[in-house]
Amino acid sequence: MFANLDLQQLLFGRFTIEQIPYHEPILQATFAGVAVVGLAVLGVITYYRFWGPMWRDWITSIDHKKIGIMYCIFAAVMLLRGFADAMLMRSQQAVAFGDEQGFLPPHHYDQIFTAHGMIMIFFVAMPFVTGMMNFAVPLQIGARDVAFPFLNNFSFWMTVAGGMVVMVSLFVGEFSRATWLAYPPLSGAAMSPGVGVDYYIWALQIAGIGTLLSGINLIATIVKMRAPGMTMMKLPIFVWSSLCTNILIVAAFPILTAVLAMLSLDRYVGTHFFTNDLGGNAMLYFNLIWIWGHPEVYILILPAFGIFSEITSTFCGKRLFGYTSMVYALVVITILAYLVWLHHFFTMGSGADVNSFFGITTMIISIPTGAKIFNWMFTMYRGRIRFEVPMLWVVAFIVTFVIGGMTGVLLAVPPADFVLHNSLFLIAHFHNVIIGGVLFGMFAGVTFWFPKAFGFKLDEFWGKVALVFWVTGFYVAFMPLYVLGLMGVTRRMQHFDDPSLQIWFVIAAIGAVLIACGIASQVVMFVVSIRNRDKLRDLTGDPWGGRTLEWSTSSPPPDYNFAFTPVVHDSDAWWDMKNRGFARPMTGYKPIHMPKNTAAGAILAGLNFVFGIAMIWYVWWLAALSFVAIFVVAIAHSFNYNRDYYIPADTVSRTEGQRTRELEMA
Amino acid sequence: MRARIGRGRRLLPLLALPLLTLLGGCNMVVLHPAGYVAEQQRNLVLAATGLMLLIIVPVIAFTLIFAWRYRATNEDAVYDPEWHHSTQLEVLIWTAPLMIIIALGALTWIGTHTLDPFRPLSKLDAKRDVPAGTQPLEIEAVAMDWKWLFLYPQYGIATVNEVAAPVDRPIRFKITATDVMNTFYVPTLAGMVYAMPGMQTQLHAVINREGAWEGRSAHYSGAGFSNMFFKFHGKTNDGFDQWVAQTKAKGGELTQEAYLKLEEPSEAEPARYYKSYMKGLYDRIIGMCPRPDQMCVGEMTKIDARGGASGEEAEANYKRLQYDNRLAERGVEAPGATAPASETGPHGQTQPQGMKPRPDMGNPDVRGQKGPDSQGKGSGEGQSEGGQIAPKQLNQ
Repeated sequence: MFANLDLQQLLFGRFTIEQIPYHEPILQATFAGVAVVGLAVLGVITYYRFWGPMWRDWITSIDHKKIGIMYCIFAAVMLLRGFADAMLMRSQQAVAFGDEQGFLPPHHYDQIFTAHGMIMIFFVAMPFVTGMMNFAVPLQIGARDVAFPFLNNFSFWMTVAGGMVVMVSLFVGEFSRATWLAYPPLSGAAMSPGVGVDYYIWALQIAGIGTLLSGINLIATIVKMRAPGMTMMKLPIFVWSSLCTNILIVAAFPILTAVLAMLSLDRYVGTHFFTNDLGGNAMLYFNLIWIWGHPEVYILILPAFGIFSEITSTFCGKRLFGYTSMVYALVVITILAYLVWLHHFFTMGSGADVNSFFGITTMIISIPTGAKIFNWMFTMYRGRIRFEVPMLWVVAFIVTFVIGGMTGVLLAVPPADFVLHNSLFLIAHFHNVIIGGVLFGMFAGVTFWFPKAFGFKLDEFWGKVALVFWVTGFYVAFMPLYVLGLMGVTRRMQHFDDPSLQIWFVIAAIGAVLIACGIASQVVMFVVSIRNRDKLRDLTGDPWGGRTLEWSTSSPPPDYNFAFTPVVHDSDAWWDMKNRGFARPMTGYKPIHMPKNTAAGAILAGLNFVFGIAMIWYVWWLAALSFVAIFVVAIAHSFNYNRDYYIPADTVSRTEGQRTRELEMA
Repeated sequence: MRARIGRGRRLLPLLALPLLTLLGGCNMVVLHPAGYVAEQQRNLVLAATGLMLLIIVPVIAFTLIFAWRYRATNEDAVYDPEWHHSTQLEVLIWTAPLMIIIALGALTWIGTHTLDPFRPLSKLDAKRDVPAGTQPLEIEAVAMDWKWLFLYPQYGIATVNEVAAPVDRPIRFKITATDVMNTFYVPTLAGMVYAMPGMQTQLHAVINREGAWEGRSAHYSGAGFSNMFFKFHGKTNDGFDQWVAQTKAKGGELTQEAYLKLEEPSEAEPARYYKSYMKGLYDRIIGMCPRPDQMCVGEMTKIDARGGASGEEAEANYKRLQYDNRLAERGVEAPGATAPASETGPHGQTQPQGMKPRPDMGNPDVRGQKGPDSQGKGSGEGQSEGGQIAPKQLNQ
């Protein structure tokens, strides 16, 4: 192609123009779709002259609320990608029987299931959870921002950079085919020589830095920045769950980083940590990845538990039942999360003692989890339950989650796991808890906090429609998989011989279509709500009769969140203030010290993205250059002393005056 | 079918009955296994499910009842906004799951030990003990890219993608793999165990009924994974002897050369039979030295125990210990390993080695061809004989 091949290799590494899979119709269509939508978005931004505000108010913003919102938007966008993968898999499995090979050959199908798992966990569930915590935690503890506002912006853009790396793999080269946890030896250089696994590794390494830093940030925030009077046992339960989650993040993510670093050393420089030969051992990888991987499950579910707790007590108009036992349950789960990892590979041949130890510790986790479910139940008892959309998600969650919990405990019995492991029963189980637990929790949280973030409620009708589609879609899609699991059908199959199985896969595909309707309803919900925002407007800042501090300020909250730092006397601080006839102070405003926006986070993340891509394609000069640039920018940024400012008392006074008028109108 | 479950042990599994009757129509092999080990595992699944339903059913019921009873529109219901603690209830909600878990934990401890796949069987089925002095049938199972090789050391025969055992005779599987991980799984016989290169796992099981069932790898192992299944036959003693005799009569010899050819990736292989196999083959597979010029891991361990080698000798040993790259050396796959120096194609193997061409997207050559099953089994042999790499379909 080029006369001087060496020069080409020097400049472009292993990239050649043939690496763009423009031959594949599915990818052509996808690419065309992405290009059209992308151009449309760019056009709209340009038309409304949004570039300036977008850069000033969002991309460079260190405001935790905006970062939280951006996390959720990013998660929602990636959910569409991950769900597109799910639809492809469901339709492939619904048709590929006997002579019919379906429309996805193995090399494509295998990339899709790998991408689906990896994207849904790392770029949908994680950013959703982090977004919720970012948005709500500082507001709930009466703080003006997180402890390290710049770090927060940097963490977010690192997560996005990781997601971008995955998205690039769709159109340049290929993605990993080695499953979402990239088990060696299959993911090693000998068995997976292409760029796929490298895309996987660098996407996770880059996003992992973001996750780890945001974990540190939120721990510091919760430990150091609580409003006066808010002792640990007066923390809102969502903040407790965030604290536990972030402790898990800080203790678990370095393990992921380390194990992926070892895998990349195996792939890049020829070490033998996990290879077959020269003393490498893949069992080591299994242990390490799951020592991160199991806490990860709780990293996702604990904030969802927190959200459900807040919603239950708010919509029942009642104190949370058993606050103390809820807190201890969270702490116990946090600790036990580190003692169960081996249950992901009982079948690897550990002895009976080891297997039963890990089986029983796994079951023990169901005790605090069960206690939490009882606590929600008894919070409903003698409540006055308003069944608005968030509360409906709670009921859907409890019913769905206990079923998933039950099948989970079943899988924790090692001999039962021997017949169910790697089967579709397992697939059904973890979708049961991750959709029924994490995703329902995030949807509940979005509906719950949306009016706080934007000043108007989401349309109730379309919210309910979405809920009905999601819940029925979930059951229709995944109950057949439990059945198939009991029929001995295993996961990751691209093709089946036994035609009697087909009906179950067809049902599951119908379920996926119902879920697609749910997603479509959610899109409609946002559009309708934005169109009717004046009708749905909430001027009080407290549309649900809230109990915690975020509802004491305006919606959306001012940049500084609270003009005066609230003083807390009760775990349901705002409820308590309302009951005691709290009067908003109207005078005596002081200038407020605030952090300044900075572009450093976005630039650093951009450089990390370039570094990742350069490493994937062996473009060594670019990798070296971007690596150096990362340090130069980071050091240069550390000399930027112009990083804070004061909001003058006048401005605060004006903002609060506006709020006073709104409260009078409401 | 319902009667069978109804007769199941004790009362607890009965609680799972409604669920099971609902699904009675389909062939749930995990719930109706033909081997005693799988049967005990099934019983454990049912008992554990029953135990948990004791608490799950009330939780769901009370959640729905409370949700309905305390709805905002129901003005008759008591509303007590400050009620948030009750020691009795707290004790109940922590102890009730605890009790269930204690019971389940006991079941788990016992079940995990009695059903440890490494533990030789003591019973043939619920009623009969293994007669004293019974020699278990030894089968060495090797997961390869993407087929199963079975060696019968007691009979000197070998098969591919088909395995048979006499009814009511304990079987001891020794399981390993050639290059990537797989799982050995015959749902009707017993639970699954990983097959790992360079390592050996074991599975003790027994088949109690005559018949033919499917076994497969349940752990994803690459492009040909979906077609990586084999037939498992339960036969009478006579039937099994006949099967062995037939294998001996019609089979070829699995020499080292034939083995190396067999080891190359291929998918949807038909069953194959060998009347004999190379001496020490299984040890060489586990030792990761199937080729004559390779050094077995055990040998290196011995050298290390004596203080290790150095200099040129060490270098020579190092070369002989290269295992993962053997496909590259054979010239059938682009070299992969230490990637920066290699010329590894970034698109991996678009058409992975050993895979039959699919009606692939963007590739007119194979469009319209039928899938592997309709091409007739057995084409795998011819393909690996040619030793050709399928063309890089996407990049033409």
